Amino acid sequence: MPRPTRHPRSPMAWISAVMLTSLLVLAVAAPLVWGTAADRPDPFAVLQGPSAAHPFGTDNLGRDVLARVLTATRPSLLPALAATVLGATGGVLLGAATAVVGPRARRLLAGLITLLLAFPALLVAMFLAVVFGAGAGGAVLALAVAGVPGFARLSQTLAAAVAGTDHLAAARVLGLRRHRLLWRHVLPNIAEPLLLAATTAAGTALVALSGLSFLGLGVQPPDYDWGQLLNQGLDRIYADPLPALAPGLAVLYAALTFQLLGEVLARRVAGRDPAPRTPAPPPAPSGPAEEGLVLQVEDLSVELPTPDGTIRPVRGVSLALRPGEIVGLVGESGSGKSLTALAVADLLPERARVTRRTLRLLGADLATMTPKQRDRHLATALATVFQNPASALNPSLRISTQLTEAVRAHRGASRARAEAEAAEALRRVALPPALLRSRPHQLSGGQRQRVMIAAGLMVRPALVIADEPTTALDVTVQRQITRLLGDLRRDTATAILFISHDIALVGGFCDRVLVMYAGSVVESLPADRLADGTRHPYTRALVASVPDLTADRDRPLPTVEGAPPDPLATAPGCAFEPRCPRRRDHCAEQAPPLGDLDAVHRVACWYPVAAEVVVS
Amino acid sequence: MTELRVCDLTVRHRGPRGPVAAVDGVSLEIPPGTSLGLVGESGSGKSSLARAIVGLTPVHGGRILLDDREVRVRTIGDRRRLGRLVQIVLQDPDTALDPRMTVRRTLLEAATAFRRLDRRARAERVPALLELVGLDPRFADRLPRQLSGGQRQRVAVARALAVEPGLLIADEITSALDVSVQAAVLNTIRDLQRRLGLSMLFIGHNLPAVCHVSDAVAVMRHGRIVETAPTAAVLRAPQHPYTRELLAAVPSLRTPPPEERLP
Amino acid sequence: MTRGPTVLSLPDLLRHPWTAFLGRRAARLLLSLAVVLTASFAMVRLVPGDPVRAALGVDAAPDLVAARRHELGLDVPFLDQYRHYLDGLLHGDLGTSLVTGTPVAELVRTRLPATLEIAALAFLVTLAVALPGGLLAAVRTRDGRHPRSELTFTVVTAGLAGVPDFVLAAGLTALLAVGLRLLPVAGTAGAESLVLPVLALSLAPTAVLLRIVRVEALKVLGEDYLRTARSKRLSPARRYLRHAAPNTATAALTVAGSLLPGMIAGTVLVEKVFAWPGIGSAMAQSVVAQDYPVIQAMVLVLGTAVLLSGLLVDVLLAVLDPRSTIRES
Repeated sequence: MPRPTRHPRSPMAWISAVMLTSLLVLAVAAPLVWGTAADRPDPFAVLQGPSAAHPFGTDNLGRDVLARVLTATRPSLLPALAATVLGATGGVLLGAATAVVGPRARRLLAGLITLLLAFPALLVAMFLAVVFGAGAGGAVLALAVAGVPGFARLSQTLAAAVAGTDHLAAARVLGLRRHRLLWRHVLPNIAEPLLLAATTAAGTALVALSGLSFLGLGVQPPDYDWGQLLNQGLDRIYADPLPALAPGLAVLYAALTFQLLGEVLARRVAGRDPAPRTPAPPPAPSGPAEEGLVLQVEDLSVELPTPDGTIRPVRGVSLALRPGEIVGLVGESGSGKSLTALAVADLLPERARVTRRTLRLLGADLATMTPKQRDRHLATALATVFQNPASALNPSLRISTQLTEAVRAHRGASRARAEAEAAEALRRVALPPALLRSRPHQLSGGQRQRVMIAAGLMVRPALVIADEPTTALDVTVQRQITRLLGDLRRDTATAILFISHDIALVGGFCDRVLVMYAGSVVESLPADRLADGTRHPYTRALVASVPDLTADRDRPLPTVEGAPPDPLATAPGCAFEPRCPRRRDHCAEQAPPLGDLDAVHRVACWYPVAAEVVVS
Repeated sequence: MTELRVCDLTVRHRGPRGPVAAVDGVSLEIPPGTSLGLVGESGSGKSSLARAIVGLTPVHGGRILLDDREVRVRTIGDRRRLGRLVQIVLQDPDTALDPRMTVRRTLLEAATAFRRLDRRARAERVPALLELVGLDPRFADRLPRQLSGGQRQRVAVARALAVEPGLLIADEITSALDVSVQAAVLNTIRDLQRRLGLSMLFIGHNLPAVCHVSDAVAVMRHGRIVETAPTAAVLRAPQHPYTRELLAAVPSLRTPPPEERLP
Repeated sequence: MTRGPTVLSLPDLLRHPWTAFLGRRAARLLLSLAVVLTASFAMVRLVPGDPVRAALGVDAAPDLVAARRHELGLDVPFLDQYRHYLDGLLHGDLGTSLVTGTPVAELVRTRLPATLEIAALAFLVTLAVALPGGLLAAVRTRDGRHPRSELTFTVVTAGLAGVPDFVLAAGLTALLAVGLRLLPVAGTAGAESLVLPVLALSLAPTAVLLRIVRVEALKVLGEDYLRTARSKRLSPARRYLRHAAPNTATAALTVAGSLLPGMIAGTVLVEKVFAWPGIGSAMAQSVVAQDYPVIQAMVLVLGTAVLLSGLLVDVLLAVLDPRSTIRES
């Protein structure tokens, strides 16, 4: 791996390394050291139990069992490794080839692999070992062949993932030849998991080889490996368990070594876990309630541990919604808009830490409630609609279950009552009640999002949080969904917090817009001012960069140079300062607060753009 | 400069209940040095059309002509002839580049796919390509994961241009990008198309973005093209009801559709 | 949209995804069966040297060898041999043992139930432990919680997954039966005698499945629809059992199904240790004795059992999760 490994080795890694080294050393040295002892018969000491001279006893010719077990490391280990290498090579070539051949050959190969996979490796190995004739060579070959389908399937799956990538498509269009695609683009990208699989497979091969020898199909006397030794000693197991079991323990030790090694390697590939989380302190009671607000959030921050350190993707966000108000929260990816919404709805992953001065829903302070009260309050006052309706609905549950479970859990509604309400909710989102019996995969994307909205309506919420509800949908369906949300607000006075990256959509649909950049709200303004009345340089640039049907197509679109700041390396000043065309020295030193421009317009900028004189 | 003509093209995919026509008798034409925008919603068949033109998807009917010569993809020789003329840039910035190859290796692989370059030419080619797409030449030795989404898409464009094709197909190349990044990539594409005299097929679902870089626009729905016209004409006087529906659905800050506004 | 008990016309039936699925699956089974048949037939003809001489010894009388060759039908042309073989199979004739002279079909009939018994039991034990256990482990270690439990779980299951069944069988015999004298060590003597073979067969597969179920369940717990369930503030029990478990089951059963053939093959070694009177031990004995008609029949029977169990699992999965059938086609 090219990635530098920064984390210290775990005890597990040390243990597996020591075990592997011991096996390798034994494989090399044991025949030299104990070889003669292992083959020296002693007619006066046959079938002895453990003693000081023979810690594991002696066999039927009086040979030392311990010496024989140690000496057998090499003939047990080497053939297993050979079989693994052979089987892996064959399987990987067969499986990876599926990514670069034509569709017909691919189907044929895939069919062949499926066919071969139906037979367990051990059975195939036994069959082939019989055919090849009992002996070490035949057993290795048999195991190699038996291992091919497993590796073929794994590489086929991995290669299929590579084959689906855009870079492989591009390489094909470049007219690269098949072997070049295979060696240059497919194999390097699947090597890592294959190596992992080979490690575990080496352990399996060793066990299987011992099994064949145990059956009398592998190594033949006078040669011996662990399986053979186990076979020879098995009859004694009732009289002298230890001499009989010793070779089995050796097999176990080797198998565990490879398993553990595989586990250690897998953990390194998977990378580090984020730093352990510290329990969040219980939130302090919220600040004073403001009259007539559905949602009151003040100074909300989110901390998220990542493998590289803790980041603060949301920094001191405040927002308030009145009944029947649609507020847009807009920003580019990484601006913290979705995390803000999830923090309000208390849906962040558990390792995230949320701090806030105030969080009131319908005036009630969420910080002073018991968990049970809070759950009930959140479940009945708030509904959330997520971005991707295809994944937000449970594929294995009927629509009726997914619509009714919340009211049944929190309002204690009876099944019949809840189903009647569900039919009514579907009608409100213009769907037939017959859909109650269907499952999500039978619906279209737009229908699924309507179902999500209907599920939200079931609890008659005062606030709907819609997190990019139309991003995964087509533009014509998007319009239907925003209209539906608009009707909803009109009919029920539900407040809607609408999160989106699409500033044009937000501008046309919301009453008020909050623009987020690098975790903070940089501008808050009425939606109708977005086109001409923005005062923050970022908002202005964002609006300008949206291609518009009426724009002059001969002029390039205005763009914002640079990139958003690295969340791990935060500077004290304004987050937009490095990219800002209006920056001055002061901007890099101190972050500007969100200050009032007038009663409805706030901006976080030391030098806001001058208001344009609107010529009408 | 390459001319593309597609006549009555049909592409079928295997569906759960037999083959489904993803592209259903499509004809279109891109005169040399012009750009055609292709818009449509998900599943309309626009990507299948693009992939069929470059030979990534088998064709089940109709003809594709490049400079009046029929496109064939039977042999590797056919494929290489096609690759010299047409290159494609795809949607996903995450997988656009081989994660284990530096930008330099990626670009050199493309630049040497059809012609031999000596050591000096190689050394000069990579910075020149990066500059072409508006990237700092120092990016040459970076790996894809050290680049942002927009930068990766630019490298993908540079890779396509490295073989100096006559026709460039851009399949949803800005869909996964943020607006401000999208604007910069659109500017680059539009500038390159005009400066290099490329023919271009620009595919997208975002009508304003497609219109911004296209001389003419084709609207696709359910595998068929319902309307093709010069961009200005499509915007001013859309003929097909579906085109009108698409236009009306585009959210805009400057011309809010009146019925969307609430009192 | 809604599905009810509607009557399908014949063309509809032919186009139905189920028809396609079953048709494809049946074709694959027939092809695999053909492979097994041919392989078991070819086996005796492929072995190096003369199987009859191998079984009777090199200094056997030539006329005895010739008689046995005739008995086995080895003295006629190859294709005729194949035809005879298939013909015999159709009439339930699997040949006679070279060693004992008893009909092999008889052997299969008396021994197959014992093997199926332990294989099926071991499979059920594996499912019964690994499905809830894996889900539980996933719930406990979700979202990076309890890193120590996670480490213990992965290391222990990795270790158990590496324990060879026949070594475990030998170890269990020594420990439980000889050392503690709790359970019968060999043979069939009621329910207790099942414990050790089933334990030996199911331990490693259980560990493998536990790991897979946990990973699959973690994947499901990270899905958007589980966040939806959280947003409805449903109780943890409902979230995990009603929302997560069914979606984990499909993937888990797919993997479990792929473990079943390995368990059937594993009976060969485990039965040998416990002297369990099944197909496996018969195979083990005949391999040592180079009793080819018996080996041949055992390969055929075990291979067919493996294929049928695979079919069973696939159909079961298709019934449980109709989407997978549609997706596959």
